[in-house]
Amino acid sequence: MSTDRSVLLDAAHVTMRFGGLTAVDDVSLQIHHGEIVGLIGPNGAGKTTFFNCLTGLYKPTSGAVTLNGEPLPPQPRLVVKAGVARTFQNIRLFHDMTALENVMVGTYCRTKTNAIDAIFRLPRHRQEEKVSTELCKGWLDFVGLADKANTLARNLPYGDQRRLEIARALATKPSLLLLDEPTAGMNPNETRQAEDLIFRIRDLGLAILVIEHDMRFIFSLCDRVLCLVQGAVLIDGTGDEVQHDPRVIEAYLGSPAEDGPPGMAEAAEVPNA
Amino acid sequence: MNENLLRPVAIAGAGLGIASIFLPWAYGPRILDDMTYYFGPSFLQVCYALLAVVALACLVAHFFLDRMSWFARVIAWNDAAKAASLGAVGYAIAVIIAIAVGGGGLINVEPGGWLALGGGALAAVSWFLPASKAPIFERLRCPKWVQILAIAAVMAVLLFAAAFALNQSEADGFLVFAVFLGAAIFTFHATGFFGWLSLAAANNRKVLVISAFTVAFAFPFTQNGSDANMSVAAQVLTFAATAIGLNIVVGLVGLLDLGYIAFLGAGAFTAAVMSKSVFATLSVDLPFPVVALISGTVAALFGLLIGTPTLRVSGDYLAIVTLAFGEIFRITMINLDGTDGPNITHGSNGVPSIPNLDFFGFDFGQSHEIFGIQIGRFSNYYWLLLLVIGLIILVFANLNHSRIGRGWVAIREDEMAAESMGVNTFGLKLLAFAGGAFLAGVAGSVKAYTDTSVSPDQYVFLESAFLLAAVVLGGMGTIMGVLIGATLLKLLPEKLRYFEDYRLLLFGALMVVMMRFRPEGIIADERRQLEFHDTDEELAEEVEEDLTTHHAHLNADKELP
Ligand SMILES: Nc1ncnc2c1ncn2[C@@H]1O[C@H](COP(=O)(O)OP(=O)(O)OP(=O)(O)O)[C@@H](O)[C@H]1O
Ligand SMILES: [Mg+2]
Repeated sequence: MSTDRSVLLDAAHVTMRFGGLTAVDDVSLQIHHGEIVGLIGPNGAGKTTFFNCLTGLYKPTSGAVTLNGEPLPPQPRLVVKAGVARTFQNIRLFHDMTALENVMVGTYCRTKTNAIDAIFRLPRHRQEEKVSTELCKGWLDFVGLADKANTLARNLPYGDQRRLEIARALATKPSLLLLDEPTAGMNPNETRQAEDLIFRIRDLGLAILVIEHDMRFIFSLCDRVLCLVQGAVLIDGTGDEVQHDPRVIEAYLGSPAEDGPPGMAEAAEVPNA
Repeated sequence: MNENLLRPVAIAGAGLGIASIFLPWAYGPRILDDMTYYFGPSFLQVCYALLAVVALACLVAHFFLDRMSWFARVIAWNDAAKAASLGAVGYAIAVIIAIAVGGGGLINVEPGGWLALGGGALAAVSWFLPASKAPIFERLRCPKWVQILAIAAVMAVLLFAAAFALNQSEADGFLVFAVFLGAAIFTFHATGFFGWLSLAAANNRKVLVISAFTVAFAFPFTQNGSDANMSVAAQVLTFAATAIGLNIVVGLVGLLDLGYIAFLGAGAFTAAVMSKSVFATLSVDLPFPVVALISGTVAALFGLLIGTPTLRVSGDYLAIVTLAFGEIFRITMINLDGTDGPNITHGSNGVPSIPNLDFFGFDFGQSHEIFGIQIGRFSNYYWLLLLVIGLIILVFANLNHSRIGRGWVAIREDEMAAESMGVNTFGLKLLAFAGGAFLAGVAGSVKAYTDTSVSPDQYVFLESAFLLAAVVLGGMGTIMGVLIGATLLKLLPEKLRYFEDYRLLLFGALMVVMMRFRPEGIIADERRQLEFHDTDEELAEEVEEDLTTHHAHLNADKELP
């Protein structure tokens, strides 16, 4: 576990406008090494859009994002290479590939085999193939899918698909993992497993930024919580601070926190990246 | 209806059907393969008998199920009987139509033919028998040598069937035999044999590949020196090689390329203008492998040229741009004739009389005698093409099972997710595009020499459409499927010249039917097979347990009294 508490990701005054709509409004956020940060907010608050700004899918209208002091490149694949990996709110696996292959796609940016190596089965291909296969089997095992390696992604149950997405993201060797509603659609048992999984990921030394509607999940998990409302930061503080802030309760926790989020179904319907 | 009544009727029908082959079916020896003898069945009659025998055997097996112990469950007896008897009826109808058309009227059908039809129809009442339980054939575990033997046997049958089908010079014989093959495949499918076979094939990849190539290699020896069929076979191979290249672009990466034939053309024209033909404008004296590489490179450059600007935008644009590129290529080749542009290709005449290849004194234009069998000019090129297609398959398979191939399929599945997982989507798409073009270019260089002439009118849009159809029909992303698709699409038009006017109509209908009933193509992607394979292991164990308990029961039964 990393004890180094220096700043890993620094997003400064990120704003994202779509025409007249300001989806993300001057959001600043620092994530430190080994930290789990929660991102909450009602539906349409701009959480996923903020993720997309961090991962290069959207180019922020203004603001800057740096990782370890380096500005993040504007292309998703370069962001991954720099060390930021993500999962998607509406699962985006490669459905006609097996679970293992899905994870192995994650190693793409960390391997160098080119077409010539592959065609002639040169040592680099064989070496990398062996190493990444082992590595990815390890990740499958880590998320608890070791026995599903040869199952097509499309045939996995919903909870497994979410875990597979996490394994795929981990295979890119990130230093920061962005999870967009990792427990959406899971039953309480699966949610507990996911919680455990996220702690284990943190223990590997990764920082995690997680979007969730499940408040119990967020407050038991996160060192810090950021609450967005209508694109703007409402509060950035510890779980306790956020939990008891009257503005958060007003904006978001209108119903008792224990009941979980209202409108889970709507959340899944919002068109997202 | 009552099963106790149905089964004897069906059995009698099958028996009558078998008996019918000892009677003449047709009047006049020139119809089909001479079905005029008493007690002298022709080959096509024997084919019918095979179906009838299978139907009979499966129907009769019902009475011995108790004594077969576990074997009773291996085959779907009733289903197989239904398939075989329906196949027999269909086959008999096909034969009767062929006799009527060939001889000029139903009057040419002798009683034997009608008996075959009637027997088949009676046997087909088995259709009303209850459906079998799912057979456990495909879950049978067999020693490796049995699997290998089965693969070899199937390959041998394939070789024989291909040779026989190709040797049918008339459309009627070819069609009738095709109906037989269809019925036989249908029957085997019903028994559950194919499931077992595909598992055996998956377990013995190397054996499969080696035996397939051996069979393909041996094919010229079945032709007795006749070059007509070898010319068709060479065309099939060229077409298949090109289709596999296209399969990278379409099947693996999911890019729609509607002008792919232009890359074949680019390779063919490059090889042609560099050849020693008197019409060649850039004649150079280079060994053929170098020429092939240059042809491939030229095609790949074309691929880069149109890929670079278009691959950044979404798929639909690519389809339009490639469609346009295909036409632009053809028209450019017509215009490089000395009047509208520099004289490189001789315009619409193209480059004729390309001399034969010569490898270290081995003249591809000469026939040779091997094991006392004449091997003609096209056989030489056929073997060269076999080598080329082997290399192309190797490239395809090795790329597919690598980091690159996974990146490609990821792009096909979800381009944005692939990009978000660090895959260089643009670079990989460009690689696929240029690489596919390269392979087509190499195939084109061999085609130039096989055809001895290259002209722009061989590279029209329709050819691109056929290539695409071969990929879709056979099974996107698979090698076996595309080989089958390419063979069907090239062979059928060759053999069915009779239906030339309706070719496109039939072809369109075939595509519609395929898309409705089997959108994944004849062969499904091996990734699915992998999974199938996986669950199968489980099933196999389950069945094994099942069988052992069954045996235990039997033994217990024996011990009881
Ligand atoms: N590409 C886009 N073009 C236009 N508007 C967009 C786009 N992406 C998001 N929006 C809008 O931005 C706002 C924020 O959306 P976002 O998906 O970020 O919300 P969210 O906080 O993730 O909500 P949820 O909890 O429902 O997932 C919404 O009003 C949405 O309609
Ligand atoms: Mg969202």
